[in-house]
Amino acid sequence: MNPEVSRLLIYVVAAIAFVALNAAMLVWMERKVAGHMQGRIGPKEVGPFGLLQSFADGIKLMTKQLIVPEGADVPLFKVAPMLVMIPAVMCFVTIPFSETVAARNINVGLLLLFAIASVNILALLLGGWASNNKYAVISAARAVSQNVAYEIPMLITAITVVMFTRTMNLHDIVMQQAGGFWNWNILPFTKNPAMALVMPISFLIFFTCSMAETNRAPFDLGEAESELVAGFHTEYAGMGFGLFFLGEYANVFIGCSLAVILFLGGWQCPFGLAPGIHWFLIKVYSLIFVVMWARWTFPRTTIYGLLNLSWKILIPISLFNLVLTGALIKVF
Amino acid sequence: MNHLASDMHKETFVLNMGPQHPATHGVLRVKLVLDGEYIVEAEPVLGYIHRMHEKMGENRTWAQFMPNTGRLDYLSALSYNHGYVAAVERAAGIEVPERAEVIRVMTVELNRISSHLLWFGAYLLDLGGFTPLLYAFDDREQILDLLESVTGSRLTYCYFRFGGLYNDIDDDFIAGLKGFVERLRSRLPMYHTLVTKNIILMKRLKDIGVVSADMCRRYGATGPVARGSGIDYDVRKNEPYSVYPEFDFDVPVYHEGDSMARYMVRMDEIEQSLRIIEQAIAKLPEGPIMAEKAPKIIKPAKGDYYHAVEAARGSFGVRLVSDGTNTPYRLKLRSPSFCNLSLFAEASQGMLVADAVAFMGSLDLVIPEIDR
Repeated sequence: MNPEVSRLLIYVVAAIAFVALNAAMLVWMERKVAGHMQGRIGPKEVGPFGLLQSFADGIKLMTKQLIVPEGADVPLFKVAPMLVMIPAVMCFVTIPFSETVAARNINVGLLLLFAIASVNILALLLGGWASNNKYAVISAARAVSQNVAYEIPMLITAITVVMFTRTMNLHDIVMQQAGGFWNWNILPFTKNPAMALVMPISFLIFFTCSMAETNRAPFDLGEAESELVAGFHTEYAGMGFGLFFLGEYANVFIGCSLAVILFLGGWQCPFGLAPGIHWFLIKVYSLIFVVMWARWTFPRTTIYGLLNLSWKILIPISLFNLVLTGALIKVF
Repeated sequence: MNHLASDMHKETFVLNMGPQHPATHGVLRVKLVLDGEYIVEAEPVLGYIHRMHEKMGENRTWAQFMPNTGRLDYLSALSYNHGYVAAVERAAGIEVPERAEVIRVMTVELNRISSHLLWFGAYLLDLGGFTPLLYAFDDREQILDLLESVTGSRLTYCYFRFGGLYNDIDDDFIAGLKGFVERLRSRLPMYHTLVTKNIILMKRLKDIGVVSADMCRRYGATGPVARGSGIDYDVRKNEPYSVYPEFDFDVPVYHEGDSMARYMVRMDEIEQSLRIIEQAIAKLPEGPIMAEKAPKIIKPAKGDYYHAVEAARGSFGVRLVSDGTNTPYRLKLRSPSFCNLSLFAEASQGMLVADAVAFMGSLDLVIPEIDR
C-alpha cells in the first residue's frame, strides 16, 4: 500500500480511538474532580480508582435501544449525533501533538480547524429541531445564538495571534515558541515585550470563548437541566446521547489544545528541556482541569446575560485588542 | 409591515413545565404560554399528589391523624406536628410541661435549619450550581442523625404527642447538638463566600422576581416570601405560642422583594435558629416530658379552634371543628406553600423561563404540602 495512504488510515483510526479514550478518561476525571470538590471520592468500584467506570457506562449506553420519538424527523434525528462526531474527529487532523506526531502539517491549519469546528453547531441545531420537542427547539436556538456570539471574539483573538506569529500553520506557531515560557505567545518577553501586555488578555478572551463554544458550565445554556430538562439531546437515548456526550468532550479537548498551541507553547517545555508530546498533554489536561473547576464552582448564567457578555464586553474588548496588537507590532 | 410585526409577536406556544420536570421539585405542573422565551401567561396546575389529608382527618381519631401531619411538608415535618398538636391541645385544654415545650422548640428549629439547608442546595441546583447542594446535604445529614436519635425517623417525623413528647432527649443528643451548632457556625461563612458573593448568583437573583408587599397581602403569602418583601410578620413573634416569647431572636426582614431578598431571609433565619437552639440548650429545665393529666382518649369540647405556627415556609394553620366526639368534625389545614405559589402566575408575567425557574425556586415550594 502507498505509505501516504496507510499513514492517513493509521491517523484516522488513532484519532477516533483517541477521541473515545479521551472522552472516557475525561468523564472519569470530571467525576473524580467533582467528587473531591464536593467532599466525596467519586467513582471507585469499577477497576482501580474507578478507572473503568466510563467503559462500563459506555457499554450500558451502547446496549440501550435507540428510541426515535413520535413525530420526529427520522433521517435528521439520526444524522445529528454523527454530525457531532465527524467534525470533532476531523479537527484532530490539524492538531500537532508534538513535532512529529501530527496527521497533517497544513499551511492554513488554524483556518481549517475553525471551519470544521463550526459544523458542530449545525448538529446541535438539527438534533434539537428534529426531536419534535419544545425544550429541544428552545435549546437548539439558544445554542446557535450562543455559538455565533462567541465565535466572533474567538476568531478576532485568533487573528491577533496570527498577526503576531505571521502564520496560520499550527506547527510553525508552536516552533516559534520554543525555548522556555518567556518565548510563549502568552508572555512573549523576548520577541516583543510590549505584546506581553495584550497577549494575556487575548488568552483570557480566547479561553472564555472556547468554554462557551463547547457549551460548558457556567455557559451550558443549551442543556440547562433546570429549565430545559436536557436541552437538545432530551429525546436521545443510548448511543445517540452518547455521541453528543463524546462530541462535547472531544470539543473540550480541541478547545483547550488550541489554547495551548496558540498561547502556551504547544509541546514546548516551560524551561526549554525535553519538549515532546508529554508537555502538550500535561498542558491540555491542566486547562481541562480549569474548565472542570469552573463548572463545579459557578452557577449557570442566563442566555441573555451570556449574549450581553459577548456582544457588549468581549467583542469590543477583542476588537480593541486587535487594533492595539496591530499598533504594537508596527511600533516595536 | 406593522401589522405583520404585531402578528409575529403573537406567535406564542404552550409549554408544559411538569408534572415531571427537574425544576418543579415534585409533581407540580406549570402551564406556560411562551412568546419566545418570555412568559405571557403561567398557570400552575395542582392536584397530582392530592391525598385527601383533610378528609382522612374526619375519619380518624384525633391521635390517628398525627402521622399525616408529618407527610404534608416532608422537609419541616416537625413544624406541622407542632401546629396540629398545639391546635388539639388548645381545643382540649391540655397543659404541656415546660421541658417538653423547650424540647419542641429545639427540635422544630433544628428541623427548620435542615429545611433551609435543603432549600439552599436545591435552589443552587435550579441555578445550575451543583456543588453547594452536596455541602448543604453534608450539614443536613448531621441534623437528620440527631433527630433520628430522638424521634426515630429521619424525614416524616411523628414526635410530638398531645401533652408532650414521645421520647426524652439525652446527654448524647445535647452534646451532638452543641457540636452541630459550632460546626454550622463555622460553615456559614463558607456558604456566603462560595455562593452569596458569587457574581453570577447576584446577577441572577437581584431584581428578579420582584414581589411587592401588596401582592403578598393579596395572595396571603407568609414566611420568608413575605419577609423578603418587607412584611415584618412571623407567627413566633406576632402570635406567640409555645415558649417562643422566652427566647431572644430577630426576624430578618428585607425590603427589596426580589429573589435575593428571599435568599437572604432564609440564610439569616438559619443563624437565628442557631441562636434559639443555643438558648434552648442553656435553659432546658428538668421535669416530665408528658403532661400527667393528659387524657388517653381525646374528646375536645364542641367548638371551633385555630392555631398557627411558623413553619419553614410560612404560617401553617390548623382549624379544628369539634362536635365533642373522638374524631374531628372538620379539619382544615392552611398551608403556606399553597398561598406562596398562588402569586407565581401574576408575578411571573413577562419573565424569562430561566428567571421564572429562579423565581419559583426562591418561593421554596414543597408540592405535597400544596396538594395535601
